Amino acid sequence: MIRTLLLRASVAVLILGAWEIAPRAGLADPTFLPPFSSVVDALWHWVTSGEIVRHVSISLQRTALGLGMSILIGVPLGILIGTSHLFAGAFDGPLQASRQVSAIALFPVFILFFGIGELSKVMIIFWASVWPILLNATAGVTDVDPVLVRSARSMGAKGLVLFRKVTLPAALPAIFTGIRTGAAYAFMVLVAAEMIGANAGLGFLVLHSQEIFRIPEMYAAIVALAVFGLVLNKFLLWLEHNLTSWRTAAAGR
Amino acid sequence: MNHPAEGANEYSIAISALSKRYRPHAGSEPLLALDGIDLKVARGEFLSILGPSGCGKSTLLHVIAGLAEAEGDVVVHGRKVDGPGLDRGVVFQDYALFPWRTVLDNVAFGLEIKHVAAAEREDVARRHIAAVGLRGFEDRYPAQLSGGMKQRVAIARALAYDPEVLLMDEPFAALDAQTREILQGELLRIWERTGKTIVFVTHSLDEAVFLSQRVAVISARPGRLKAVVDIDLPAPRYEHDVRSSAEFAAVRHRLWELLADEVNKASSYGLESPVQAVPRRSPGVLSTLAGAFSRRAG
Repeated sequence: MIRTLLLRASVAVLILGAWEIAPRAGLADPTFLPPFSSVVDALWHWVTSGEIVRHVSISLQRTALGLGMSILIGVPLGILIGTSHLFAGAFDGPLQASRQVSAIALFPVFILFFGIGELSKVMIIFWASVWPILLNATAGVTDVDPVLVRSARSMGAKGLVLFRKVTLPAALPAIFTGIRTGAAYAFMVLVAAEMIGANAGLGFLVLHSQEIFRIPEMYAAIVALAVFGLVLNKFLLWLEHNLTSWRTAAAGR
Repeated sequence: MNHPAEGANEYSIAISALSKRYRPHAGSEPLLALDGIDLKVARGEFLSILGPSGCGKSTLLHVIAGLAEAEGDVVVHGRKVDGPGLDRGVVFQDYALFPWRTVLDNVAFGLEIKHVAAAEREDVARRHIAAVGLRGFEDRYPAQLSGGMKQRVAIARALAYDPEVLLMDEPFAALDAQTREILQGELLRIWERTGKTIVFVTHSLDEAVFLSQRVAVISARPGRLKAVVDIDLPAPRYEHDVRSSAEFAAVRHRLWELLADEVNKASSYGLESPVQAVPRRSPGVLSTLAGAFSRRAG
C-alpha cells in the first residue's frame, strides 16, 4: 500500500521534474513549453482571483445538463428497448444509424437550430453521451440471468414488481458502466464545444490563452481540465460504489 | 370442464395426461419431450423423479411450478396450475439467489411479494435462516457464502412463505459429496418437521433412494413414466447408516436396472440438448451490439 503510493509519487515527481528542468536547461523551447512552476503560478493566480470558478462552473453546468439529459432519456429508453420486442424492432434501425453520426459533425446542425448559446453545447454533449448509456442499459436488462427471473417468477413476482425487484437491480452495474463511459464522451466533446463559439469554460480557456499567447495559462487550463475530468470520474465511481455496494461486499471476502 | 371434486383433497399434486412438445430451433418440427405423464403425489409425501439427463424431468418440475406450459392437467391442492404461485416453493440447482440482496432479504423475497409487513417479514425470515443453521449470516451476500450455504438459503427462502409443496430441481447436484450428504439429512429433518409435500428431481440413484418414499422413473426421450417404485426403508434414515444396509442396496439395484436401459438410450442420442423451460430471448442486433459495447466499456 505504502510502496505503491511511494512508487506513484516518485513517477509523478519524475515527470513534473522533467517538465520543470527541460525548458530551463534549454532542452525545450521555454516559449512553447514553459517550466511547470510557471504553469502552477498561472493556475494559482486564477484560483486566488476567483477567475477559475467562473470557467469551472460553466463547464460543470454544461456537462451536468448534457449528461443528465442523457441519463434521463438514455436509461429509460435503453430499458424499454431491452424489455420490449416492439420497441426493439421499431428503434433498432434509426438508433443504429444515429449513433454512427459523430457529435462533432452535428455541431453545425445544432448551432443552426439552437444558436451558438448554451443549448447547442448541451445538445452536443447529450448526443455524445447518450449512446453508451442507452446501449448499456439495453444490454443490462437483456443480460439478466434467466435463472434469477425464473426464481422470482416462482415466488409470484411478475410485471412491474419483477422489473423493480429483479431486472433493475441486476442491470444496475451495466447501467453504471454506461453512465461512466457516457461521462467520458461528454467530457471530450465539452472541450470541443467550448472551443467553438464560447466565451467561458475550461475548453475556451485553453484556446483563448493560446490565441493571446499566454502559454503558461494555456497549460494551466489543460491541467485544470484534467483535474475536472478526474473529479467527475471519481464522483461517478463513488456513486456507483454506494448504489451497488453488494458487489464490493462480495469482492471484499 | 368440471373435474370431480372427490380426491381433490387426498392428493397434493395430480398430474394427468401431461405432454410437452418443444421446438429445438425456431421453425423446426416439434419434438416430444414429455409424453402422457400420469402421476399423483399424496399429501406430505416425499417423491423423487429420477431419469437420465435430457429426459424432461426438470421440465416436468417446471410445469408443476407453473414456469413452463404443457398439454394436460396439473392440479395442486385442488387448483389447476396455470402459472407460478406461492402455494409451491421452488429450489433450483444453481441456487438462484439474488446477488444484490443479503441472506435476510433473499429469504424475505416471497414474503415481500405476499405483502407481509416488514417487521413480520424479518421475523419469519430470521426464523427460517436459523432453521437451516445459518444464524449469524443474515447480513452476508450470496457471493460470501459456500455452495452448501447458498442452497440452505435457497431452501429457507422457499419455505419462508409457507408453500404447501416444495419442488426441488436437482438442488444438490453442484455440491461436493460430503456437503450433499449433510444437506440430504437436513432436508429429511425439514420434511419431517414441516410435513410438506416434496417433489425432488435428481439423476442420482442413491439420492433418490435415500430421500424418497416413492421414486418415479422417467424414460429417455420422449419422457414417459416408466415405473413408480416404493422405497420401504426405515425412518428416520439420517439416524443410522441406511446407505450401507442390504435393503438400500436391493432397492437401489432395482432402480438401476430400470434406469440402465434409459441411460443407454439417452446416450445414443449423442449430444444432448436439454429442454429449456424458459427460453432465452434471441438477441437482436441492437442487444448484441450493446453487449459488445458494455464488454468494451467494462
